[in-house]
Amino acid sequence: MEPTDINNPEYFHKVVDCQNACPAHTPVPEYIRLIAQEKYTEAYMINWDSNVFPGVLGRTCDRPCEPACRRGRVEEEPVAICRLKRVAADNKGDVKKHMPQAPFKSNNKKVALIGAGPASLTVARDLAPLGYEIHLYDEQRLGGGFMRSQIPSFRLPESVLNEEVNYILDLGIHTHFNHYVKSLKELLTKDYDAVFIGSGAPKGRDLNIPGRAEASANVHIGINWLANVAFEHITKVGKKVIVLGGGNTAMDCCRTARRLGGDEVKVVVRSPFAEMKASPWEKEDAAHEDIPIIDNHVPKTFVVENGVLKGMTFEKVKAEYDAQGKRKLVPAGEPDVFIEADDVLIAIGQENSFPWIERDLGIEFDQWEMPKVDELTFVSTNAKVFFGGDAAWGPKNVITAVAHGHQAAISIDLMCRGESLTNRPAPHVNLVSQKMGIHEWAYDSAVVEDIRYAVPQADKILTLKDRKKEVELGFDDKTAFKEAERCLNCDVQTVFAADKCIECDACMDICPTSCISFTENADETDLRNMLKVPATNLTQDLYVSDALKTTRVMIKDENVCLHCGLCAERCPTSAWDMQKFFYNVTKAGKGCASH
Amino acid sequence: MTYVRPKFRHPELQKNKLGYTVDYYEGALSTLCAGCGHDSISASIIQSAYEMNIEPHKLAKLSGIGCSSKTPAYFLSNSHGFNSVHGRMPSVATGANLANRDLIYFGVSGDGDSASIGMGQFVHVIRRNLNMTYIVMNNGCYGLTKGQDSATADQGSKNKSGNVNPFDSIDLASLAIELGASFVAQSFSGDKSQLVPLIKAAMNHPGFAFINVISPCVTFNNNVGSTKSYDYVREHIEATSTIDFVPQMQEINVDYGQGSKKHVTMHDGSLIELRKLSDDWDPLDRQSAMNAIMNSKSKNEILTGLLYMNQDVKDLHHTLNTTDKPLNTLTKKELCPGSEMLKGINAGLR
Repeated sequence: MEPTDINNPEYFHKVVDCQNACPAHTPVPEYIRLIAQEKYTEAYMINWDSNVFPGVLGRTCDRPCEPACRRGRVEEEPVAICRLKRVAADNKGDVKKHMPQAPFKSNNKKVALIGAGPASLTVARDLAPLGYEIHLYDEQRLGGGFMRSQIPSFRLPESVLNEEVNYILDLGIHTHFNHYVKSLKELLTKDYDAVFIGSGAPKGRDLNIPGRAEASANVHIGINWLANVAFEHITKVGKKVIVLGGGNTAMDCCRTARRLGGDEVKVVVRSPFAEMKASPWEKEDAAHEDIPIIDNHVPKTFVVENGVLKGMTFEKVKAEYDAQGKRKLVPAGEPDVFIEADDVLIAIGQENSFPWIERDLGIEFDQWEMPKVDELTFVSTNAKVFFGGDAAWGPKNVITAVAHGHQAAISIDLMCRGESLTNRPAPHVNLVSQKMGIHEWAYDSAVVEDIRYAVPQADKILTLKDRKKEVELGFDDKTAFKEAERCLNCDVQTVFAADKCIECDACMDICPTSCISFTENADETDLRNMLKVPATNLTQDLYVSDALKTTRVMIKDENVCLHCGLCAERCPTSAWDMQKFFYNVTKAGKGCASH
Repeated sequence: MTYVRPKFRHPELQKNKLGYTVDYYEGALSTLCAGCGHDSISASIIQSAYEMNIEPHKLAKLSGIGCSSKTPAYFLSNSHGFNSVHGRMPSVATGANLANRDLIYFGVSGDGDSASIGMGQFVHVIRRNLNMTYIVMNNGCYGLTKGQDSATADQGSKNKSGNVNPFDSIDLASLAIELGASFVAQSFSGDKSQLVPLIKAAMNHPGFAFINVISPCVTFNNNVGSTKSYDYVREHIEATSTIDFVPQMQEINVDYGQGSKKHVTMHDGSLIELRKLSDDWDPLDRQSAMNAIMNSKSKNEILTGLLYMNQDVKDLHHTLNTTDKPLNTLTKKELCPGSEMLKGINAGLR
């Protein structure tokens, strides 16, 4: 193999699994260390810069970082990254003074943002300080988009959401709330230099099976129902409730129904339990609130008697898998099942919908009625119109919408300054030795063996009575410290200098997880098998040194490295060093290349 | 400050026949200097014991005094251990071995512990052919007392402060062969692919097995001009052969067609497979082993690998005609055979 090019920041970025997996690439280990040091404000600001809604995401993020966490590969569970983020938000001091302070000097450019969800708000935050006049349109009376309408208050208190939305609105954003944009054409006739569409995927999927029309008074589309609850148009539900669907929206629906008077709430899902789309912790939370999840049941009919919904019938199925592992649901051959219900909530997916975008504006749509959006620049086929968040490629999550917002803001800024949209700013990168002395590192190198700490919850009797009572209490500062200490500091990189190595084997012998080998060079497939422990995780890179004096090379399998620093401790010539790698996605107007 | 070895291990470590992963054979975290050759030898010992499927409680590690003699703390924590007086490890090993012949005896010593203060003990344990493995971690200096030349420092070798050693060195491997050791090998701490099979073969050898391992002192004897530095050893190393040890239970596919390959069958059917690098050397012939060492020396080479092996030997128990059972398993019946037996003995002395 060729020697690894560690001057390419993407190599070490990939070693920081959590950060790499995060769509916004938040510098996770950096803020976890700050939390351990009780520097909550600083930890919050690292988050705020990167993901804009630390308080919201610390409660509701889909956490793509956690399945990626290296800790999960050496023991049972990853670090509770998401809930540590909340600790920073809960305990922060005055963060506002660290944020850009309006008013900003105008650059005489105007940008319209359609939809006040996380994508648009991110664009607003990135562009307003650069002098853009931002006009934010939303049909609701408050900003936040789906963060407000779909995430129930018992998971995300309104005060937290309001605070973080207001940090952005306070940057001098011109809000046009209670304003549904009916025509993009009309909007484009105004003097906006750019339009960003972050209107989400607002159309909940319906279920057209027999009895649907007759039962319509008691059948609700999940996302609409949640929005009506959030804006207090709906305050109660029947005693017996069926929630159809197996995603996180279904979990939010069933738990909300429990709080609005649903005593017997059941989730019924087509797929097997293990394959449901909902996050495991959301399923656990539903189970904790006495909500059974009935899997392998396909809805057949709504049963209506005398104009009143009585329940639903379901066909029982079982999953069969072909040689490629593709799933097929086949009838189980058992009698259909009837489940009683006063109300049914349909949470089987949501779709994009752009009835308000005229098709003669130069914005091309594909066969699925989705706009054609450039994956790098987020521009549509109309050079002034950009898409992001769920509006771009369908429903994802808040953190993805934020990541889109940052990139769209960069594009809008480039476009307004007449530069090429492909001229993307390089990431902000730094690499600094952590050595302070013998056995002394500037980071906490000891690896603790604690297993993951659970986040305490409020008493169920209280939370089920009050829709707005937050269920999770968050870590206290002592538990937060212990959980933070579980982080392996994967951003403190093992950096190897081949010219200093005397091949004494000390690093190889001391490495607790047998990551380091010295061997003759070969191609990657052979090398992976020649190591002290074969490198079977192909998603993890091999760090290959230049040839050493004996013509051998040092190979490090990044897979289960604990970043404990013992290789560097045991190296007599400092050929190994522990160096802290900081990587941050550059935001609009901040790149060296663009100024 | 942290200097603790995390408990996490690679989740895909293979288990040996006893069901242990290699970490079961580890010891405490070494306090030797970073980069010490001795730590690398410890790692080879751990690897060998793991690969040999040794039950840790069936092995006793013994040592004297010195950096080398600290190392038994750093491997095989689940085995018996005795850290004895300076240079007196062979006496303790002899006593232990006579008391319990069922254990594997693994002695670790250094150049000071064996070639200076312990020379008397060293030569006699060889002469008696005690069934044990005896490893000298040889760095040519007294590392524990700041690097003075030891008795194995080569003449002309320069130490860290620039002084050249005026004395000729004691060559422990030649001495062992001369004294009739039945298994003699030489190796280098930085070459695990050679050292691990040598240790395995030595542990399997039913008599005194000696391995002289050159193990650079990274702090006091790794300078330019030293003949025991990493660089010097790597430049001057010459192997008798490549070596592989094939335990008796393992099925072997041997290609006898290749002329340079030689197999030595051990007492229990295990094989040592050697791919010879020099033609005029026969590991079973003492004369040729001595010649090979001398030839290498005259060319300023360090000869490594298996040097000499004699299968046809009797160990100390055999010579002394001792009981074939460990003393702690003997019962009153064997220890007090009764007055009839005493009468018989007394009658034999009339």
